[in-house]
Amino acid sequence: MADVLPSAELAVARSRSQSPAARRAHGLLPKLGLAVYLLALMLPIYWLVSMSLRSNEDIMSTLAFWPHHPSLQKYYYILNDSTWVHAFGVSLTYVALNTVISVTAALPAAYAFNRFHFIGDKYLFFWLLSNLMAPAAVYAMPFFNFYYAIGLFDTVWAVALAHCLFNVPVAVWILEGFVAGVPREIDEMAAIDGYSFPRFFIRIFLPLIANGVGVTAFFCFMFSWVEQLLATTLTATDALPFAAVMSRSYSVSGMDWSLLAAAGVLTMIPGAIVIWFVRNHIAKGFALGRV
Amino acid sequence: MEKPLNNRAWLMVAPVFVLVLFSALLPMMTVVNYSLQDSMGQNQFFWNGDGWFRDLLNPSTEIGARFQDALSKNLSFSLVALLIEVPLGIAVALTLPRGGRAVGPLLVIIALPMLIPWNVIGTMWQIFSRADIGLFGAALTGLGLHYNVTQNAISAWCTIVVIDVWHWTPLVILLTYAGLRAIPDAFYQAARIDAASRWATFFNIELPKLQKVLVIVVLLRFMQTFMIYTEPFVVTGGGPGSATTFLSIDLVKIALGQVDLGPAAAMSLVYNLITLTICWIFFTIMTQLDRRRYA
Repeated sequence: MADVLPSAELAVARSRSQSPAARRAHGLLPKLGLAVYLLALMLPIYWLVSMSLRSNEDIMSTLAFWPHHPSLQKYYYILNDSTWVHAFGVSLTYVALNTVISVTAALPAAYAFNRFHFIGDKYLFFWLLSNLMAPAAVYAMPFFNFYYAIGLFDTVWAVALAHCLFNVPVAVWILEGFVAGVPREIDEMAAIDGYSFPRFFIRIFLPLIANGVGVTAFFCFMFSWVEQLLATTLTATDALPFAAVMSRSYSVSGMDWSLLAAAGVLTMIPGAIVIWFVRNHIAKGFALGRV
Repeated sequence: MEKPLNNRAWLMVAPVFVLVLFSALLPMMTVVNYSLQDSMGQNQFFWNGDGWFRDLLNPSTEIGARFQDALSKNLSFSLVALLIEVPLGIAVALTLPRGGRAVGPLLVIIALPMLIPWNVIGTMWQIFSRADIGLFGAALTGLGLHYNVTQNAISAWCTIVVIDVWHWTPLVILLTYAGLRAIPDAFYQAARIDAASRWATFFNIELPKLQKVLVIVVLLRFMQTFMIYTEPFVVTGGGPGSATTFLSIDLVKIALGQVDLGPAAAMSLVYNLITLTICWIFFTIMTQLDRRRYA
């Protein structure tokens, strides 16, 4: 549609040329608004980073806009402390486990939901989604009892499986949107060419929705990484997640603001790295593959 | 195109079915179990029938009043948060460039708050809103406002709203932006030919096209605000008094703090039933929109 009639372009030009000043104001105002919004968005994060680089005495004595004597001391402390390092590994482990489980299980299901009718499909889909909407607080107590009873309490598996509660539905929902983008003719052609279903699914179909798989993995990673209520309820010492160690260090050391801030900054890094890889697809991913 | 009927598709759904059954339904059965019994400690339970539910839904009992109070707090919080976030999100999404090299980094920056663990967000704002060491608290106090999160109920409530707006408006922006990008250029060209004003373009083209995305936005945001837990837990601890004691916070207090398993379980079920009902309404609207599009 790029080449519309020249008369149309003319009309556009005419309608626009009426008041150049007004047009400039029109273009400037949204940019300004966006800049203000981004500033407000970044300010709390900047404040946390700035705090992490200052000492506690410095923090308590003056309200400074930037660290006057920046030091990485708190970061060194965290990275050399086995409790913190272990907890960081634990967090990454259950998040990775959960992502792999969720995406693997959701792939065939998303395909089935998109391509076939089967008895109870609508109800099953709603039931899955309803788990996404279930408040984690509702599950805190029963999960504790349940995982304790089956001997998984305080392991990474407990958290990885518990997070399936909302990540599997998320994965199915997003992937279904991406599966819908692949024309059904491809399935039929592969069948005619003599591909067995598993071979077709792995060799032909998966590469076609590779973007969708990436985006889905990102979302599973994200939701599992940020969820803390279940993660802390289901662990005690061996599998305590990083952010839980943070809230524990509250009471022990009084208020070590600087240390808390440094730990907080560290929790942002994995997310920031992962999102960079899917930056071109996040918009579609956040729309759950639905636009 | 009509989908073929194939019940063998159940085989492909089976892993998901089992997984969610394992992680949702089985634990839920213990809740149902607790909600019908009373315990005297020492793992001794006896049948209590619908007693807990009747208490819960009767505002003249202690637990009933508490439940009603928390529920109304939740609903008003969700309403306020949605009224701010949805218009703000749409506005920001409209200012984003439709293409070009700046888009990727911009989206990453906007999405950043959503990638931070929720209790870290709490900590971040706990620091940020303190009058002595936080910029936000210091600025408000500097303006002469009586601002104190731990002592003033209004401050605490407003802070939770501000945190939620800060944390989740990005979701509205990203969803809306995805919806906007899906509008074909032809619509905008037609609008330009008609010399439509910016407002007319928005109300006649963009808003109707965004309908479906906006239903998802409202659904997700409503559900997330309705089950808010971590931020108020970290920042205000549900206080001062019970000013920010939302349903989730109250539930965890009763279940894990007081170990009143019966009332907590009954509350869980009613709470879950409310979210399920609302979810069902939205889901129906969504499928209706889908059908209308393909009809």
